[in-house]
Amino acid sequence: MMFPSEASVARNPNQAGPPLWLLAELTYRCPLQCPYCSNPLDFAQTRQELTTEEWVQVLVEARAMGAAQLGFSGGEPLVRQDLPLLIAKARSLGYYTNLITSGLGLTEAKVNAFAESGLDHIQISFQASDPELNNAVAGSPKAFAQKLAMAQAVKAAGYPMVLNFVIHRHNIHQMTDIMVLCERLGADYVELATCQYYGWAFENRESLMPSKVQLVKAEEEVNRYRTQLSASGSAMKLIFVTPDYYEERPKACMNGWGSMFLTVAPDGTALPCHSARLLPIDFPNVREHDLSHIWYDSPGFNHYRGSHWMPEPCRSCDEKDKDFGGCRCQAYLLTGNADQADPVCSKSPHHGRILAARRAADHAHAGIGDLVYRNAVNSRLFFRG
Amino acid sequence: MDMNMDQVPRFRRGFRFQWEPAQQSYVLLYPEGMVKLNGSAGAILSEVDGQRRIADIVIALERQFPSAGSLSEDVVAFLRDASNQHWIELQ
Repeated sequence: MMFPSEASVARNPNQAGPPLWLLAELTYRCPLQCPYCSNPLDFAQTRQELTTEEWVQVLVEARAMGAAQLGFSGGEPLVRQDLPLLIAKARSLGYYTNLITSGLGLTEAKVNAFAESGLDHIQISFQASDPELNNAVAGSPKAFAQKLAMAQAVKAAGYPMVLNFVIHRHNIHQMTDIMVLCERLGADYVELATCQYYGWAFENRESLMPSKVQLVKAEEEVNRYRTQLSASGSAMKLIFVTPDYYEERPKACMNGWGSMFLTVAPDGTALPCHSARLLPIDFPNVREHDLSHIWYDSPGFNHYRGSHWMPEPCRSCDEKDKDFGGCRCQAYLLTGNADQADPVCSKSPHHGRILAARRAADHAHAGIGDLVYRNAVNSRLFFRG
Repeated sequence: MDMNMDQVPRFRRGFRFQWEPAQQSYVLLYPEGMVKLNGSAGAILSEVDGQRRIADIVIALERQFPSAGSLSEDVVAFLRDASNQHWIELQ
């Protein structure tokens, strides 16, 4: 007996390993308006969100394939009324479950109920170390007070606590204040994530990108604080994410395309990273295919596996197995062609665009008021043109 | 860090140790991270239950791997490492 559909399609042509991380972007809805949001610019035109049953199916299939880390993200995942059910289901399947939240919509009762459902960890994002700047960046007058209260509730409930700060030219001077705040709140991990330029952040790059001088100073402050923490025996870990735009070699983005990360967007679109939606590639949807087909066999996920697709200078580069040519989204945003070497690489013929952005950052005067906020009104401008 | 055989190791809150069939190995899961453990690390951490002392763990492992000889030094060195990484706490 012949199975023509199976015979004609190569199974797992690139011998990909299993997805180990699943990022479940439950919704693009969010009460905040952070101008560096990684959601797509045209998020407001996204079709219907997956139903509870569809999400459960995604969780079951990804776990069966080997996914062990699960992030509930968004938008703001707390907007989904079925979040408690999804947490309980995920935990019963054996996932390590992370809730990545702005803290808005969270209550002490929910923090405790989620712990009973088996939630392993809550990460709260902050925008700055003081209320005024935090709320200006978040576009919400009450955000900071709520975040503080929820960080304390998370700690009181006994969760490990990760606090995340996106760092840019308007808050980079607060680096030490931020670390002091985190230590006071009892954070276990602090992510000081210098802004990377995708989605809304790319749109706002000139208003967000710190200068080299600002960056060097910030890094010195982090190193000094790290030494102090280590001397005092503190377990608080500082994770400083350096920005691509000040590197000479690209990052090994997502540890390689379709190598371990799987994102499912609110409408069921499956992606090799949370930014890949901006690429001119047809990505599969979990409403139409099972995850095994999507991960191993779909053209979208196989598009940049291996190295056969690379043009020069990557093709003959002895570092291509280390960085996989860098980030496809960055290549696309900066050159208009996602096959190109990531322009972060000094070997890229387009590296000049990175250098120009650095020069611009040295002379930028943009204030907070120049930022384009991430909200539905602004989003509609992007798809109506 | 000073260690003695009477201390009881337990996983730090937020750290979960489990067998992953897809990777054919034990892993340690923590906030947004995962460490794939080699055979001996997996075998040692399998014995960490928050009840038994390091001395008990050494005895259990020596029974499990009779041809390995004395394991005390290796187990203590590994647990010291795991403690320095803040994966486990010693009581």
